[in-house]
Amino acid sequence: MEVFGRSPFEDDVTLAGICFVKEGQRYPDAFRVRDAISAASWLFPHWDADLAEGLLDDFELPRRRAIKSLSRGMNSAVGIVIGLASRAPLTLFDEPYLGLDAVARQLFYDRLLADYATHPRTVVLSTHLIEEISDLLEHVVLIDRGRVLLDDTAERLRGDALTVSGPRSAVEAFGRGREVLHAETLGGAARAIVRIDGPADEAAALDAGLAAEPTPLQRLVVELARSSRAAEPAPALLEEVPR
Amino acid sequence: MNEDAGPIFRQVAELIETAIVDGSLPEESQAPSTNELAAFHRINPATAAKGLNQLVADGVLYKRRGVGMFAATGAREQVLKRRRSEFAAQYVRPLMTEARKLGISPQELTSMIDGWEDRR
Repeated sequence: MEVFGRSPFEDDVTLAGICFVKEGQRYPDAFRVRDAISAASWLFPHWDADLAEGLLDDFELPRRRAIKSLSRGMNSAVGIVIGLASRAPLTLFDEPYLGLDAVARQLFYDRLLADYATHPRTVVLSTHLIEEISDLLEHVVLIDRGRVLLDDTAERLRGDALTVSGPRSAVEAFGRGREVLHAETLGGAARAIVRIDGPADEAAALDAGLAAEPTPLQRLVVELARSSRAAEPAPALLEEVPR
Repeated sequence: MNEDAGPIFRQVAELIETAIVDGSLPEESQAPSTNELAAFHRINPATAAKGLNQLVADGVLYKRRGVGMFAATGAREQVLKRRRSEFAAQYVRPLMTEARKLGISPQELTSMIDGWEDRR
């Protein structure tokens, strides 16, 4: 594996360009919020102290409080402040929202977007809250039980699957010869999520008298994971992801 | 943005076109920047840039180096012309489909439209 064209393993140059924020990050016991912030400021060469101070205010983090006495949400917010203020060329957020309420998460997304606009860099974010960030994404990788189910641009994925509904026979006819991810019926009516091959397929659905709309990313993710699991059940209850 | 209305970059482009049509973005005035659009619609700046670039490619906007994007002279007429040509497919088709489903004849539909006009 290479990062910035170099092997990252024990390579100070590469590692200085990477900031990794993980859920439930632990800090030394004696650390106060401001200790974690100043430690990060030494670690990251692109650190922006003004941005960090502004974010501490935004998230209402008490600078003198011991980190171990913070709530889960506040602990997550410390990680977010460090991740954003690091301005690292490669910033990894591993489910950074643990314990954060919807208001604080929106604050995170807004600040991330604003800072990314002025200081473009690579931000990798792992999340289960797909719906609330789907518009922010440029590229999506979906991993389920260690397997990559999707790896594509967010824009292509928006056109990847069509949700069609109408008379059952028309829905079934449209699904024939195409990959149907999900189908359900209600009396004589049916609805299906069908993978399509471009706008021509969408026009075909409309011409067949079906109502058609793009499938939201979250829905696509759920159905892809579901059909992958149905095709290949987990061998053991507690399966380790192979590394 | 709207999940049901096609690619986000196209929605961005359409919103700017609508502003040009309704006069809120007059010709030769400055369009919102990539970052302003990204922050306002809460979308990826690359997506906002793609929407703007499509309008530049269409000749609706033009770039002034170091300043930003501006609505071109004649942009309003150009957008109106294209939207009129798309009107039938976008609005008349679903109208006719629904009318047929309900058993409303084209004649009835015409008189409905006339009645609607009189009410204004």
